[in-house]
Amino acid sequence: MAKIIVDENVCKGCALCVNTCPKKIIALSKSKINAKGYHPAELTDENACIGCAFCATMCPDTAITVYK
Amino acid sequence: MDVVFKKPHALTDAPLHYCPGCTHGIVHRLVAEVLDELGVEGKAVGVASVGCSVMSYNYFGCDMVQAPHGRAQAVATGLRRALPDGVIFTYQGDGDLAAIGTAETVHAATRGENITVIFINNAIYGMTGGQMAPTSLPNQITQTTPYGRDVNSAGFPVRVCEMLSTLDGVALAQRVTVDSVKNVKIAKAAIKKAFQNQIEGKGYSIVEVLSTCPTNWGLSPVDALQWLRDNMIPYYPLGVYKDADKRDNMKGDKE
Repeated sequence: MAKIIVDENVCKGCALCVNTCPKKIIALSKSKINAKGYHPAELTDENACIGCAFCATMCPDTAITVYK
Repeated sequence: MDVVFKKPHALTDAPLHYCPGCTHGIVHRLVAEVLDELGVEGKAVGVASVGCSVMSYNYFGCDMVQAPHGRAQAVATGLRRALPDGVIFTYQGDGDLAAIGTAETVHAATRGENITVIFINNAIYGMTGGQMAPTSLPNQITQTTPYGRDVNSAGFPVRVCEMLSTLDGVALAQRVTVDSVKNVKIAKAAIKKAFQNQIEGKGYSIVEVLSTCPTNWGLSPVDALQWLRDNMIPYYPLGVYKDADKRDNMKGDKE
């Protein structure tokens, strides 16, 4: 059981995490817009997350905290 | 549930001003992680350059000095004299280190100043709006070379690591990139070695990080990383160009 928490107000929606996730379970939110006007990344399937931290490694804004 | 990845202590909570997908943020985090792991945040002094990274003094938890354009390594030289036990590093872009600051860079290297230099090479002037930099690739389209960089009039790009690797004062000259998880880990190891070299008094260490500028390249962050792989890495091969710990290191060992 692992999960990521994205700091929505820090995320700039660059999608580098979406591109690097080996499980393809991160997507840019279609419903939310943050204070900067970007669509933040969000975890789409919490059960599939393996806690590899690839997303956090590629995140330029250190918006992702990984729990495992 | 344990935290397996979080923001390093040496990175402040200030939100980065960089554009979405700019790899400056990744390199900032790597430097902060290395400061944490070596336990030197308290005695580290960074020198911010002029360029997009000018405001890096807001982001690093250690002491920072903001140097005039190109003079970061001259300022770092002074800091080294004033703080013999300090951990001194500069964080510079290509317009700062390889253009207006070339003289300071080459002479700090040849003096073997015991400092660490983090050099961000994104082949363009980012902050001023995308003009041609000395490191812009041949035929690269920029604001000032709308038909592509013409090497007949604008000359050829500067390969900084190759150039500095010929100098005896250099302890480490390595070129890395941050386009994938694997390369981020290699980049972190290089940055850590550059700081360790300084702590052990081995001399000048430079880590050149090939970076993206999605905004001025006119690409999405993901496409910019692919452009970097397709165009920059062939011209700027990754690898260790000089490592004083190893013999026979002048050939540019590839990883």
